[in-house]
Amino acid sequence: MIKLENINKTFRVAKRQGGFARAVKALFSREYEIIHALNNVSFTINDGEMVGYIGPNGAGKSTTIKIMCGILTPDNGICEIDGRTPWLERVAHVQHIGVVFGQRSQLWWDVPVVDSFELIKDIYKVDSSLYQTNLDELTELLDLSELLKTPTRSLSLGQRMRCEIAASLLHSPKILFLDEPTIGLDAVSKIAVRQFIKKINAERKTTVILTTHDMQDIEALTERILLIGKGKILLDGNLAELKKHSSERKTLIVEYTGKAPTISEGMTVSEAKDGRLIIVLDPTQLSVSEAISQLAAQSDLIDVSVTGVSSEEMVAALYEEYSI
Amino acid sequence: MKKYLAVFRIRFINALQYRAAAAAGVATQFAWGFLEIFAFSAFYRANPNAFPMEFSHTVSYIWLQQAFLALFMMWFWESDVTEAIEGGAIAYELIRPMDLYKRWFAQSCANRSARALLRCAPILLIAFIVPKPYRMGLPPSLPQFTMFVISSALSLGVVVATSMLAYVSIFYTLSSTGIRSVFTTIVGFLAGEYIPIPFFPPSIRAIAELLPFAAMQNMPLRIYSGNIAGRDALWGLAFQVFWLSLLIVLGRLAMNRALKRVVVQGG
Amino acid sequence: MRLYMKFFSMHMKSQMQYKLSFFLTMIGQFLVSFAILLSLYFMMSRFNVVMGFTYEQVLLCFASVLMGYSLAEMLGRGFDLFPRMLGNGEFDRALVRPRSVITQVLASKMDFTRLGRILQAAFVFIYAVPKSGVIWTRDKILTLFLMVICGSLVFFGLFIVYAAFSFFTVEGLEFMNILTDGGREFGRYPYAIYGEGILKFLTYFVPLALFQYYPLLYLLDIEKSKLYMFTPLLSLIFLLPAYAFFQYGVRKYKSTGS
Repeated sequence: MIKLENINKTFRVAKRQGGFARAVKALFSREYEIIHALNNVSFTINDGEMVGYIGPNGAGKSTTIKIMCGILTPDNGICEIDGRTPWLERVAHVQHIGVVFGQRSQLWWDVPVVDSFELIKDIYKVDSSLYQTNLDELTELLDLSELLKTPTRSLSLGQRMRCEIAASLLHSPKILFLDEPTIGLDAVSKIAVRQFIKKINAERKTTVILTTHDMQDIEALTERILLIGKGKILLDGNLAELKKHSSERKTLIVEYTGKAPTISEGMTVSEAKDGRLIIVLDPTQLSVSEAISQLAAQSDLIDVSVTGVSSEEMVAALYEEYSI
Repeated sequence: MKKYLAVFRIRFINALQYRAAAAAGVATQFAWGFLEIFAFSAFYRANPNAFPMEFSHTVSYIWLQQAFLALFMMWFWESDVTEAIEGGAIAYELIRPMDLYKRWFAQSCANRSARALLRCAPILLIAFIVPKPYRMGLPPSLPQFTMFVISSALSLGVVVATSMLAYVSIFYTLSSTGIRSVFTTIVGFLAGEYIPIPFFPPSIRAIAELLPFAAMQNMPLRIYSGNIAGRDALWGLAFQVFWLSLLIVLGRLAMNRALKRVVVQGG
Repeated sequence: MRLYMKFFSMHMKSQMQYKLSFFLTMIGQFLVSFAILLSLYFMMSRFNVVMGFTYEQVLLCFASVLMGYSLAEMLGRGFDLFPRMLGNGEFDRALVRPRSVITQVLASKMDFTRLGRILQAAFVFIYAVPKSGVIWTRDKILTLFLMVICGSLVFFGLFIVYAAFSFFTVEGLEFMNILTDGGREFGRYPYAIYGEGILKFLTYFVPLALFQYYPLLYLLDIEKSKLYMFTPLLSLIFLLPAYAFFQYGVRKYKSTGS
């Protein structure tokens, strides 16, 4: 179980100033700016959960991840992961976590993937039988059999990401941190990687915490979402709640024959032509199905299409709402 | 000409950005110069008669070498250039309406002089105030100093023209790893980077003084103190001009051939 | 240790993927220190002795310092390249693995092209050991080994200090070169020729003289006390502050993340 309570973290950043005179002055006395990277961050994640951690760049995502991994020490607050404080018991703690940094490889560039795996086995002191079981299982799960003998430099980005994920699971960690696992991948590889992450969570019961900018990752993968902005947790809930939270309007495009329907409360007509209406619907007043049945009761409908705001637009709207 | 000056200016401003690095560099070079001088002074004490230059001339040689390190040392390598050749980005360079040889030449000169100008002042300042045997002397006369300045400029030209030949060879090998250390070591040694040429054994010295490498730091650093003076110094300048022109002609020829190859091979 | 050997063979495998480049770099390495050797030869053939040391005796200094340095560089290259490890985030990876940070940095890079220099040092030993006029006893052979091994460890300590500084400054690192590269290049002569002040500095602050000059005096019977034989061991004390400084840097990194 992961428990964070009132974690605070501030950084002192030297102010960069333009101009030669100022730069010279800065050599002797620097001015600093205090940045609150994390502000009373608290949340709990249970074993086996899959959580999407989202927020714009600089919101504090990677600071939180680094604290949970034991790379950074917070100013104050409690962080307990399976009963350990990461930065106090670094070695014991990291034995039980796996970390994938999307843009950095842990595989050796010039040697076959399996050699990197063997080295990781020794680094984590995984005993041989467990290693073999894990390797077999992961090879099957992630479809690696073709890739193991290939040097990393000859793998495609998608293939490499699968190997990276496998590499961070060889020591059977209870928690897996994925930092932007689908960044830079093509559409097909993205889908594949998502499926693998899902399978791992389901079959190995590994707790997965994933940061991403790709809302499709979130939609495909996670039940639970943590939204962080300016160092604060803004929202802790599921995708549906997130959607409810955002003032989301739907657009109905209706084609009909005969008499135009009358519009009830909750709907506004934004465009009306012969036999065609474009209606904006506020789902908090009227649900989509109710609106359609009302319309159908009055006119002969030929075609109805409903478009919503995409998750991305939704999150963008949310960022705006919280002005982050 | 204007655009080459622009290249020069940008490089100069660029080098000025790294002040902390410059400060650290100055400290290192100052200490380095001191240790070199201490070593020579130990040899001087061992046998003053075997010393082939006046001790004070050697001291000036070392201080100037450290102060103008970036100007004369072979091992400053224009990695922009070599990477462009190795990585194939050369194709983009060819699109620009500039003579590539001139551009690279200007760029190298700019980088080297920017670095040197930034770092020389504090080193020279200290070199002029340290106690006597280690203090850097003044040039014997104004004409001698003028010749030193001219010789320094020519020396920079010879150094850059020589490295251009090395860059061109990368067109053929497509890897700079080996070339760099082999080239910079041999040329550097013969130019007097490790010990001034007068300290070579007489027979080797006689040959080394005829090679183009003697037209590098060897000339200005010895003209400054008057180790090479008067008529000899004028001959020295002529010697530098001769090698500079020859190296530039050779360099351009070699580069044109290499570029044709690139075009034929399609980059 | 087993893990270290594993890293060793991985680095070997990786570097052997580019054989041509490997051998060219190795030859380059050889040449660079050969130029220094040549300048040393020119100087010694002109002056015959310096501070009473003959050519072959000076060569003992040259070879032991070169070998010590190159061993340290070959195996401790991870510290030498540490600024890069910090810059590209590889250091974060080290922090999420259940091994000591020092071990991981050490294992992160090994550079076998340094064999070019080690080989040269070996050749010079073969030439200079019989001609140096040293009456070789068991103690003196042991002394020579101590000079190389402890020299290597002290240079390694300097690399650690260099790496530790990179937690605080990136641009200003160049000043460390005077101790690392400078220590190697000026170590071609007995450090005493640079004068009293430098010798004191290299005895009490950065103890390069402890594994070079003082044991050399023992080899040449200038100092007969066994104390001089063991001064190289004394130089190892330097590793303690070096290690502490690096740990201090790691702590700083963990609280600021940069």
